[in-house]
Amino acid sequence: MRARLPWISILILLALVLIAILAPLISPHDPEEQSLLMRLNPPGWVNGGDWSYPLGTDGLGRDVLSNIIYGLRVSLLVGFVAVAISVALGGVTGLIAGYRSGGWLDTIAMRLVDIQLSLPAVLIALAVLALSGRGLWKVIAVIGVVGWAQYARLVRSSVLSESRQDYIVAAMLAGASPARIVFRHLLPNVLGPLLAQISVDIPRAVELEASLSFLGLGVAVTTPSLGLRVSQGYQYLFSGAWWPSVLPGAALVVLVLAENLIGDWVRDALDPRARGRRRTVTKKAPGLVGRGATA
Amino acid sequence: MTRFVLNRIAQAAFAVWVVVTLVFVLIHATGNPIAVLAPETMSVHDRAALAASLGLDRPVLVQYGLYIAGVLHGDLGLSYYSGQPAMQLILERVPVTAELVVLAIGIATVFGLPFGVFAALWPDSLLDRVLRGVSVLGSSIPTFFLGILLIFAFSVSFNVLPASGAGSIDHYIMPAFTLAFFRIALFTRLTRVSLLDTLSLNYVRTARAKGLSEPVVVVKHALRTAMLPLVTVFGLQFGQLFAGAVITETIFALPGMNRLALESLYRLDYPVVLSYVIVVAVMFAAINLIVDLLYGVIDPRVAHAG
Repeated sequence: MRARLPWISILILLALVLIAILAPLISPHDPEEQSLLMRLNPPGWVNGGDWSYPLGTDGLGRDVLSNIIYGLRVSLLVGFVAVAISVALGGVTGLIAGYRSGGWLDTIAMRLVDIQLSLPAVLIALAVLALSGRGLWKVIAVIGVVGWAQYARLVRSSVLSESRQDYIVAAMLAGASPARIVFRHLLPNVLGPLLAQISVDIPRAVELEASLSFLGLGVAVTTPSLGLRVSQGYQYLFSGAWWPSVLPGAALVVLVLAENLIGDWVRDALDPRARGRRRTVTKKAPGLVGRGATA
Repeated sequence: MTRFVLNRIAQAAFAVWVVVTLVFVLIHATGNPIAVLAPETMSVHDRAALAASLGLDRPVLVQYGLYIAGVLHGDLGLSYYSGQPAMQLILERVPVTAELVVLAIGIATVFGLPFGVFAALWPDSLLDRVLRGVSVLGSSIPTFFLGILLIFAFSVSFNVLPASGAGSIDHYIMPAFTLAFFRIALFTRLTRVSLLDTLSLNYVRTARAKGLSEPVVVVKHALRTAMLPLVTVFGLQFGQLFAGAVITETIFALPGMNRLALESLYRLDYPVVLSYVIVVAVMFAAINLIVDLLYGVIDPRVAHAG
């Protein structure tokens, strides 16, 4: 049974992407603009609120709504670009390792994968960022590189099982070059599980960036990242000003939730291993213990 | 079996060595601790003396050799910041983290296991669908935000639990639940899938055909087999949580080893960071090893294959 398309999640994600693209046009204020007379203004619907700042202002008098709009930009950028880096690095390694399985490159790559997967991604990312300093592109690079191992393992195992099939043998006998076999014959067959993994990884990358920024090791302090804004608004929570931290956090949850629901659907629809409820738990349960644990 | 064990131990030792070396390289590739430690007014001469006293003036390879020797002896020098033995500082903080992790795993198991069993017994029922919805939500709320929501609800609004610090069990309730939330969802999902798989096997049909009652079939026959793959995930989560509690410890200001490591990272207190990384790497390797061995014991086919 194929599940229905998650229309609501798709519409929400499209809306968020649109908001992020149109950020300069629709955000009511400059996200960086500070106004010390307007510090901790409550949202419009709360007593004492002012509708010129619909979701209120934070401790520096910045408009919360504008920061959420620009924050979505950062989150979406991180999600897509970081995972693209992971796919490129892991995919190429996995293709080569699988095609030349048993070779030295395969051995080295798979040992590295084992080591990488045995350490929490957040820990590696923290260590690298603490030593290299923060910045949006550094965060994207780190998240991208940390995620390569899953793809290397996935693509390698798909290539291994595919290359035993008769059609690959036939292509080899017909004299096709290795490059042609890899890109014309193997790649299209690896695409299903690959897309499934990508759709699960994008929300994880978004969450990881938010977590790193929350800890103060992610983007620079002036970058409007949702995680960073939550941490900056956190101190005002105790005086009752919940909006500078809770609202950016809520926006983050909506984005990640929509992406997760779409991811679940993609996984069910495309990944033969996950189809139906006959899904078995593999020994290492690779998809479940990797980047997910950003606790 | 002996070969299997030795093989795994060698693999674990290799993983620890790679991590230890990687950290050394990273630290030496970036930043100079003297620049951070020395006050700006310090003379060049005093700076050199400080570097010499910390062993930072020696050739990198010598530093690496001394470092590896130190690691083998469990001695990673003194903290640049407090002057106390670095390894001891980290080990002193381990109990707080351990308490948090054990509580979190306990909560996740107590909720996740029965939830998963119920969901598997009545697949696609209302309960199953609600649990699945909650589980997606559970994996969509970032830990730091869940912690903040809990603090806002229970510390600020209702004022029933302390927002930070350690000392009494009250201080552990919110952090443990924060850490457990995602795992409740994970354990529910895994138990459900694994039990559903087992329930469709022939021996379960035999047990039913014998006329055994459904609870006996599920709990005594199916659940036992279904638990096998779960052992791995529970074990791995244990390791993940130990090092993954950084954010939880930070939000709730729990003085665990992860928070100390993060603070030490900020002030470039390398001996402490190194001690932490080594403790985590060894713990991870040990847990992976135990899980692998346990698997070999439970399922003899694994041991023979490895």
